[in-house]
Amino acid sequence: MLNRSLSKKRRGYEVLMKALMLLSVGLTAALVLFLLVYVLIEGIPNITWELISTKPSYLTGHIGILPDILNTVCIVIATLLIVLPLGVGAAIYLTEYASNKKVVGIIEYAAETLSGIPSIIYGLVGMLLFSNNMGTSLMAGACTLVIMNLPTIMRTTQESLKTVPQSYREGAFGLGAGKWRVVRTVVLPGCVDGVITGCILSVGRILGESAALLFTAGFAHTMLTFPTGMKSPGATLTVALYVYAKEQGEFGVAFAIAAILMVLTVIINFAATAVQKHFEKRKNI
Amino acid sequence: MSNVINVKDMCLWYGEHQAIKNVNIEIPEKSITAFIGPSGCGKSTFLKTLNRMNDLIPGVKITGDIRYEGTDIFAKDIDVNNLRKEIGMVFQKPNPFPMSIYDNIAYGPRTHGITKKTELDEIVENSLKRAAIWDEVKDRLKKNALGLSGGQQQRLCIARALAVDPKVLLMDEPTSALDPISTSRIEELVLDLKETYTIVMVTHNMQQAVRVSDYTAFFLLGELVEFGRTEDIFSQPQDKRTEDYITGRFG
Ligand SMILES: Nc1ncnc2c1ncn2[C@@H]1O[C@H](COP(=O)(O)OP(=O)(O)O)[C@@H](O)[C@H]1O
Ligand SMILES: [Mg+2]
Repeated sequence: MLNRSLSKKRRGYEVLMKALMLLSVGLTAALVLFLLVYVLIEGIPNITWELISTKPSYLTGHIGILPDILNTVCIVIATLLIVLPLGVGAAIYLTEYASNKKVVGIIEYAAETLSGIPSIIYGLVGMLLFSNNMGTSLMAGACTLVIMNLPTIMRTTQESLKTVPQSYREGAFGLGAGKWRVVRTVVLPGCVDGVITGCILSVGRILGESAALLFTAGFAHTMLTFPTGMKSPGATLTVALYVYAKEQGEFGVAFAIAAILMVLTVIINFAATAVQKHFEKRKNI
Repeated sequence: MSNVINVKDMCLWYGEHQAIKNVNIEIPEKSITAFIGPSGCGKSTFLKTLNRMNDLIPGVKITGDIRYEGTDIFAKDIDVNNLRKEIGMVFQKPNPFPMSIYDNIAYGPRTHGITKKTELDEIVENSLKRAAIWDEVKDRLKKNALGLSGGQQQRLCIARALAVDPKVLLMDEPTSALDPISTSRIEELVLDLKETYTIVMVTHNMQQAVRVSDYTAFFLLGELVEFGRTEDIFSQPQDKRTEDYITGRFG
């Protein structure tokens, strides 16, 4: 008797908890879905070929976001070009060469912390460090983004370096290969997936970044060319979104940009998952 | 019969823990020497010292004198990579690289500066033949080596070690991860190879030691208890501990 009433109580508790959890899942899903659908509904009708293929003119009042698209592409490329060698190099050094585990630990902890800092602080520092020296420019923006994304690239590369089996390294050393040859021929090919994942995550982060760029890359909507235009200021899509919505009240354009960014983000997330799946499959042969 | 490797008063520490205690041994040329002893007695540690694979582990300290063909392997002017080319290694778990069969075998020669295609082709074919796996893989040299069975992978690893033309082959329980058929193929192969190479093989399987080895060294708790011709060790051990071990009283 006693047992039965107890288990009844327990069962009631279980059901209640399950219901609460279902509710939170439902709410989360509903919120995400609402946001997606709302932005797409508001944005897509405003996306026209004209919008994405022309530049704006203050004389005619015409709005086009081609310069912003190009600026975004330029900043993504420039950032990756700088951050990749730095981040991958640092990761290789830390996992393969560094012998002082304490120092490695401190650097890893610092990187972890660095990636949690609000981006507006990066913007502030980037402004003092880069914009004040090379002027408000895409380059200054890219340099700021390099600092922001360095920990991401470094950590993802490190993580995948650690998954390369020690037995591969032993096998190569056992054949008389030197350290660098082992790293280049056996270790690096095994961490390509980590590097690609890191890149994809970084691109997503760069696309979404506004605070750090407001300070450093500026608001210009002028057409620039890569790489000479890197010295001039320019707005990325996210910054342009802010400018059009906040300063010009062009909410249609802002939502169009938002929809574009959202679709890109979804694509990037899919790409990251696909890359990881692809490499996991190859590892299991 | 001359000795390829001479070890005098060798001790090894992993940090504070002493894993090898005062070992003296002379490894005879072109023969098979088996290292036996219970798990954790230092067989692998000692084996890895012979081609300085322990250099890779931080905190290892080694004292004593190890000579390969008369030269001190810890001398300052020794090129470790050349030492490992002379003294090759086969590991407990087959560890082919995740690349083609051809590239696996060519890895060592390429490391040591051979780039000519015809030369590499020849080395690959010869090494695979010597490791008795050529017939099984000759039609799929460009396929990934990870697609081979465990036994094939281990013979591939032996072929890979042979490809750099070593004089000594260190094998750390090369058959412990394999089925009986693959095991006996490797044993046959090893018996074949001793015509050309000096082989040192760790084994936890005493029948295997009896079947293939000419000399046997019995390790216990980091010490070399007894070393001699295999038939002597197994028929009339001098040390009580050896006798206890080979009669299965512990281990
Ligand atoms: N990398 C290492 N770091 C610290 N101790 C180790 C390491 N490798 C082995 N040892 C220790 O050294 C002793 C000998 O190990 P090992 O040579 O692997 O024995 P065996 O091959 O005979 O089983 C064991 O006590 C083991 O715990
Ligand atoms: Mg062992």
